[in-house]
Formats: sequence, C-alpha cells, structure tokens
Amino acid sequence: MGNHSDGSPNHSGTVATAGQSEVAKFQDPGIPPHRLRLADTDPRAAKRAERQVALLFGSSVVGTVIFLVAYFAIDLGADSTIGTVRLQNALLGLGTAFAMLGIGTGIVHWAKALMPDHEVSEERHAIRTEEDRQAAVRIVDDIVEETGIKRRPLIRNTLLGAVALAPLPALAIFGDLGPRPDDKLAHTMWAPQDGKLKRLARDPDGTPIKAADVTIGSAFHVIPEGLNEMHEGKLDEKAKSVVLLMRLNPEELNPSPERADWAYNGIVAYSKICTHVGCPVALYEQQTHHLLCPCHQSTFDLTQQCKVIFGPASRPLPQLPIAVDSEGYLVATSDFHEPVGPSYWEREEHVRNNNA
Amino acid sequence: MSATTTPDASVFVAETKGGRITDFVDQRVGGSGILREFGRKVFPDHWSFMFGEVALYSFVILLLSGTFLTFFFDPSMAETRYAGSYLPLKNVEMSVAYSSSLDISFDVRGGLFMRQVHHWAALLFVASVSVHMLRVFFTGAFRKPRELNWVVGGVLLILSMAAGFTGYSLPDDLLSGNGLRIIDGVIKSIPVVGTYISFFLFGGEFPGTVIISRLYMLHILLVPALILLMIVMHLFMVVVHKHTQYPGPGRNDGNVVGYPLGPVYAAKAGGFFFIVFGVVALMAGFFTINPIWNYGPYDPSPVSAGTQPDWYIGFVDGALRLMPGIIGNWQVEQVWFGHVFSFNVLLPALVPAGIIFTVLFTYPWIERWITRDNREHHVLDRPRNAPTRTAIGMAGFTWYCVMWAAAGSDLIATHFHVALNDVTYWLRALFFIGPVIAFIVTKRVALALQRKDREIALHGRETGRIVRLPHGEFIEVHAPLDEYKRYKLVGFESPSPLPAVPNDHGVVDKKEKRRAKLSQWFFEDRVAPATPAELEAAHGHHGGHEAIEAAESQKTLSR
Ligand code: HEM
Ligand code: FES
Repeated sequence: MGNHSDGSPNHSGTVATAGQSEVAKFQDPGIPPHRLRLADTDPRAAKRAERQVALLFGSSVVGTVIFLVAYFAIDLGADSTIGTVRLQNALLGLGTAFAMLGIGTGIVHWAKALMPDHEVSEERHAIRTEEDRQAAVRIVDDIVEETGIKRRPLIRNTLLGAVALAPLPALAIFGDLGPRPDDKLAHTMWAPQDGKLKRLARDPDGTPIKAADVTIGSAFHVIPEGLNEMHEGKLDEKAKSVVLLMRLNPEELNPSPERADWAYNGIVAYSKICTHVGCPVALYEQQTHHLLCPCHQSTFDLTQQCKVIFGPASRPLPQLPIAVDSEGYLVATSDFHEPVGPSYWEREEHVRNNNA
Repeated sequence: MSATTTPDASVFVAETKGGRITDFVDQRVGGSGILREFGRKVFPDHWSFMFGEVALYSFVILLLSGTFLTFFFDPSMAETRYAGSYLPLKNVEMSVAYSSSLDISFDVRGGLFMRQVHHWAALLFVASVSVHMLRVFFTGAFRKPRELNWVVGGVLLILSMAAGFTGYSLPDDLLSGNGLRIIDGVIKSIPVVGTYISFFLFGGEFPGTVIISRLYMLHILLVPALILLMIVMHLFMVVVHKHTQYPGPGRNDGNVVGYPLGPVYAAKAGGFFFIVFGVVALMAGFFTINPIWNYGPYDPSPVSAGTQPDWYIGFVDGALRLMPGIIGNWQVEQVWFGHVFSFNVLLPALVPAGIIFTVLFTYPWIERWITRDNREHHVLDRPRNAPTRTAIGMAGFTWYCVMWAAAGSDLIATHFHVALNDVTYWLRALFFIGPVIAFIVTKRVALALQRKDREIALHGRETGRIVRLPHGEFIEVHAPLDEYKRYKLVGFESPSPLPAVPNDHGVVDKKEKRRAKLSQWFFEDRVAPATPAELEAAHGHHGGHEAIEAAESQKTLSR
C-alpha cells in the first residue's frame, strides 16, 4: 500500500510486491463496529465503576498517610538499628506504592470504563507537500551554487584543512587532566628503599610475617610493610603491590633456573593483580594449587609459575622474589621484575628496562 | 474544550471552567492552534507501545530521585573515618563519597528509599529502552520515514547505559570500585593511547582521587542533559510522523486509528505514569538493591566471588569471560614491534558491542537497500509476516543473551552443579552456533505461524468440538471467522524476491547483483496471504476435511 500522496514518487519496479498484484486481495472491511460496554448501557454498572474509581483514589490517600506516619513516627536516632531503617524503608515504599498505584489505576479504570471508547480514524497528512519539497531542494542547490564552492577548489580545500585542524586545541586543552604515565606503572613499593629490603606484611593490619608462621598449605594476603602509614596515594600503591603468599611442598614448585632463589622453603609470593584486567585474584584452591580470579575466572597454576591454564588472561602472574631477613621475617629481595596487572601499550619496554 | 476551536471568542462562551481558563490564556498568549492540533490527536493503542512510555516515566523518576540524592551526596574521594550510625563500619577508613552514601542510607530519613528508587528506576530505564527497541525492530517500525528516530533511539540506549554505569560507580563501594578497575584494564589495552587515556581519566594512576567527582559531573549533568535532548528530539519526531499502528481492519498507511489524546489516551498514559512510579516504589520498599553497606569501602585487595555488575553491562563482561587468553600454547596477547597488543581484552570488549551497535544503527538502510522498498510505512508488520527480519533479530538477540549468560557463568556452574570450565566451553560454542540456530528456528516458526494463519483464515478456528458424520467419520468443527478477524490474518503483503534491476545505463552492476542475491535470501521462503478466491474454493465444498485438503494443494506456497 504505497502512500502515493506523500510526495515521494515511487518508481515502478522498485516496489517489492511483485507476484501479488495479479491476485485479488481481500477488501478491508473497515473499523469493526463499536461494542458497547456494560457501563454504557446500564446506569447501575456505570455507578459501580464510578464508586470503584473513587475507592482507588481513596486508597491513594491511605498510602500518603502511611508514608507520612512512617516518615515522622519512626526515629532514626542514635539507637536505631538496620532493622529500624529497613522497616521505615518498607513502609515508605508501601505508602508511596499505594499513593501512586491508587491514582494510576483509578485514572486508567476511569478511562477504560467511563470515558468514550470509540476508536476513531484520522487521516495522515504528508509531512510536507511535494511543492515545498521541490522548492526546498532547489533553494539548497541554489545556495550551494551561489557560494561557488564547487568551482573554487582552493577555497574548499583550505577550508577543509582549517576545519580539520581547528579541534586540535580543544583536545590539547585537556592535557592537564592527568600526568604523563612515564614508567609509573613499572614500579611498586616493593623496591628496596635506601638498601633496606621491604618486609611482607599482613593485609589489612600491616604486621610483618615471619617465615616460621607460614605453614604448608596456608595462604596470606600481603601488603608491603609501611603501606598503611602512607598518607598520600595509599590506594594507588596498594592497587599495584598486593601479593598472595603461599607455602607448598618445595618439590611441587618447579621453578625455572633463573627463579631458583625467588622462593624460600616452599614459600612463594605472586602479584594478586590479575593480568587480565586487574581484579584481585582472591581465591586459592589449596588442593589443586590453582589461583582463581573471580572476575572472569582466569586460573593460574602455582606449580607452573602461575601460568594461565584457563580463562581470558594471557600472561602468568608476576612473581615477587622473596627471602628471609636476619630476624626471620619475609622480605622482598627486589621489586617485581615486570609491571603488574593488566597489559598496556608500553609494557614490553618497561619489562626490558626493569631487567636491564 | 471545543470552546477554543471557535474563532469568535468574544461571543463564544466556554461551558466548563477548564474551557474558560483555556480561553483566558489563549486570549493573552495564543496557543489555540496548538491545542486544536493536539487536543484530539489520535493515538493507536497496543500493549507493546507501553515500553517507550515506561522508559520515559522511569527517566522522570530518575530525575526526581536523583535530584534528591544530590542534596546529600558528596563526590569527594578524600579519606575520612566513618562516624555514622551503621555500627559494623564504625571508624573504618573510607572515602567521603562512600561515607555520604552510607549517610544517605542510614541517617537521612527516606534516603535509603530514594537510593533504592533511583537504582530500581535505573534498571527499569535501561530495560524498558531495550525492550522498546526490540518492539520497534520486530514490527518494522524503523522503516521509512522513521529511520532517523531509530538512530536517536539507538543513541538513547547507549546514553542510558552510560548514565547507569557512571551512577553505579559513584558510591565508591567495593563493587563499584572493582567495576572501575575492570574499565581501567580495558582502557589500558587500547593500542597507542590506552595508557594515556587511563591516566587522564583517573588523573594519574588507578584509582587516584578524582575519578568520582569527574564521573559525578558526567552523571548528573552531561549525560542527563544529552538524554533529555535526545528524548525531546525523539518525541518531536513521534509527533511529526504520528504513531504507527498494528495492521487490522480499517487501518492502512493513510490513516491512524485509535483513541483521541483527550481525554481517553491522555488519561491512560498519565495514569500509567503513576502505576510505573508505584511499582518502582514497591520494589524499592521490599527488594534491596545495591546494599553498599555490605560491600565495604573500595579497597584494591579484597573481592567477593559471585558478584554481578548491573544487568546492562553483563554482555560486555560476559564477552570478556568467553575469550580465551591462551589457545593451546599460543598467547592471544601479542608483542609486535616492541608493543603490546592485548587481543584477549580488545577483541571481546570492542568487537561484539561494535558489531551489535553498527548493525543496529545501519539496519534500516540495509533492509531498504535489499528490498528496494522506498515507500512510507505506517502500518506495522506482525513479526511472523517478516520472517527473515524476525530471524535476524532473534539471531542478534540470542548472541546478546549468550554473552549475557556468560557474565553469570560462575552462578550457572554453582546452581546446576556443573564444572565452571564446561559452562564456559559450552557458551563459547553457543557464541558461534547460537545465532545460527536461532535464525533457522525463528524463520521456521514464523513461516509455520503464517501457514497457521492461512489455515484459520480459510477454514475458521478450531472449536475443539468433534462431530460424527453420517458415514461414521469423525471431524472437528471449524467456526468461520468474521470478516474483521479474517482481515487481520490476510491483510499483509508478502513480497517475493526482487531480481536485479538494471541501472540508468541499462546495466546490472555488481552491487545490484549482490542486492538481488540478498533479496532472494530475504524473501525466498514466503507464505502468501490467503485470497478471496481461495476462500471461495475452501467454502465450495461442504463438510470438513475434504475441503481442507483441496485448499491445501492450492496454496501458493512458493519456495
Ligand atoms: C539518566 C538516567 C540515570 C541513571 C540510569 C542513573 C543511575 C544511577 C545509579 C545506578 C546509581 C547508583 C545508585 C546506588 O547508590 O545504588 C546512581 C547514583 C546517583 N545518581 Fe543517578 N542515574 C540517572 C540520572 C541521575 C540524575 C538526573 C541525577 C541528578 C540530578 C542523578 C544523581 C545521582 C546521585 C547523586 C547518585 C549517588 C547517590 C548514591 O549513590 O547514594 N542521577 N545513579
Ligand atoms: S580480571 Fe581476572 S579474569 Fe578478568
């Protein structure tokens, strides 16, 4: 049913109705006859509907009262508990629900039962006349013509060039949104400071961990000693330096030759920041020696230097080389040898620098 | 109200108070023309037209509840110690943003309620926008002249997700911080500029101290303003085009059949706002959403298993989960020319969403090109009557759902007691074959429904009444349809494939050949609507099932 009156000429042959035109179709019988509702014919039914609508509006008033009572009568003072808050929340919800649903259902019922329900038909008017269409298109053509932009490519090309470059300052002006990344992502707090090796401390209380406290099969959530005492950028540092500490049977570890002295007595420390997109790898399965990231289920195998054995991560978790100091505390002998956490464009360069 | 439609207002006297007020305003500022145009404008009615309304109303609720929250929320990331009335967190170190969200929950009367209303309305907002969009797709309402409004709708969908995500991050609890961390990881995987964008967004390293206040500005100013602008454009175009209507007796592309705006339609639509509000209030009162006090302040170290992002982010999260990081022994992340290409993150984060939104935005033009149908359409298609489009839509929807399900792979595994890895392998397979199966099945189902429609149009409804014929045979009595019901089943067009058309120079170019192939694919399986001649034939024979068989062989089922 092409709408030919709308001013958009249909080229014959472009209408995808081939194969139908030959067959006679059913005639449109028109809008079905209107059926009267009960309330249209029976005044008693109309009266009943009227009372129902009024009742619904009345229930809205009740809802408003419930809300006000709940708001003023329930005290969120010093001795309020979560239970008090929940009770108030439920009553406020109940009150609002009644207040709103009462009005809403009342109006809809009113409209459905009592207002005229005759379906009517209205003509669709064309969005614009064919005459306007042609005039407008011609005006645009004339305007383009009068600027002469087609005949003067020099003007057009320089304008295009200028317009293309003009937004650059608008981008540049955001340059101070943040500092340059430089190699900030490549270093963590674990680097020895003034020749002093960092101790491994418990997360969150910050007490240092003695090697003797780490029994086989146990796991510790670890932060660098001194992190809790920081004032500025504590979370930034923590986001890079959290570590998982576990103790296995030394035979199970299979370290590569260059990492032979990174563990102590079967105790190993790995970055807790997932190499996928950075969630904390918080789950340690003691039996299988797997570390599992709860965000997207990357699974790392402790017995293969935290190689990825499942999931979307592509790289092993970085290992923190550890040893024991003279007082028996676990210490990091150096920073991580590679940046921790998710990959980034410059990462490879930082790996090279860290190991240089 | 008809008072205002009469030009001679000095002698004409309004009958109702409403009419007199209208008259008063009109004589001072004018506007009777607008009222005359809109006061009785006809709107078609159908339950599926409600989703757009729900979206609009939940946005209004978001504005109201959100404004309330701004009076108490403080987007600062400065460190503080909690001193509010929720005892388990007493004296815990946290950001001011988190602390003020707790205060809203526990120390501002009605604050928790407003937070719950805001969050539930947000979920409903994105959901109703999405379902509304599906409705528009499956009924073909995006066709000419409504293509631009379809695009505006697509922009609204993206904006609604942006609004939701920026809001979700504001309270600075453990979950919202973790969500930001994932975003940071994804951003860092972008080649060349990723690290810079991350540093600029967070004002330094993650998490920094500025992200919440920046997101706050986006959340309460920029994104809502853009949404509002888009909504205005959207509704303006709805008025210009007038609403589409479902096919049926008396309805065609040249008219609108429905109820006049005043009073019935306005009353129903207006009343519906209160109903949506009431339902949201009920959910806010009785179903806790985002109990931030249980999660604790953001800390990069802990995370709890089994936590989920808000539903609309799920499909991206699921795609991230499905992508293997290592295939065999091959690392998906590659180092080329000394730089890192994290394909294991980039591909799932960008490609599926990219494909979905590209196809979504261009679909009206794709279909118009394939069908060469340049006419205006104001009567909707019943989904079954456009089998290929419906199948394409279901394929896309299934693809989305597979990714979405993958975001809950751990929950699926624990709930059905299966291995997590197996769930992932199955979902990976479904990611590829799911859409294909959905396409084939949907198309078959649509064609079957069309055949069923023919059957009913020609032979009437099955009544379930069995009678025994004189010669002992049992048949089911079919009740004939009245002409109105029948027209609903036969009043559609079923285009056949359109062969290549030569262009102005009389040649069929490559592109046109490709189009003809696609048209073949689009329309090859078709069921033509029943015709009067067929009905005649079906009724010609008396007595049940022979008639059915006779008609069966006459069906113009072209394959
Ligand atoms: C346009 C659609 C919007 C969506 C989808 C949306 C979504 C959200 C969500 C999911 C939250 C987290 C709520 C929670 O605490 O659980 C939130 C928080 C918030 N939103 Fe919105 N919002 C929208 C518009 C607005 C507007 C217009 C305003 C203000 C005028 C606003 C103000 C706030 C504030 C102040 C918060 C933080 C309060 C808190 O978390 O306790 N929002 N938003
Ligand atoms: S962040 Fe660990 S699997 Fe995605």
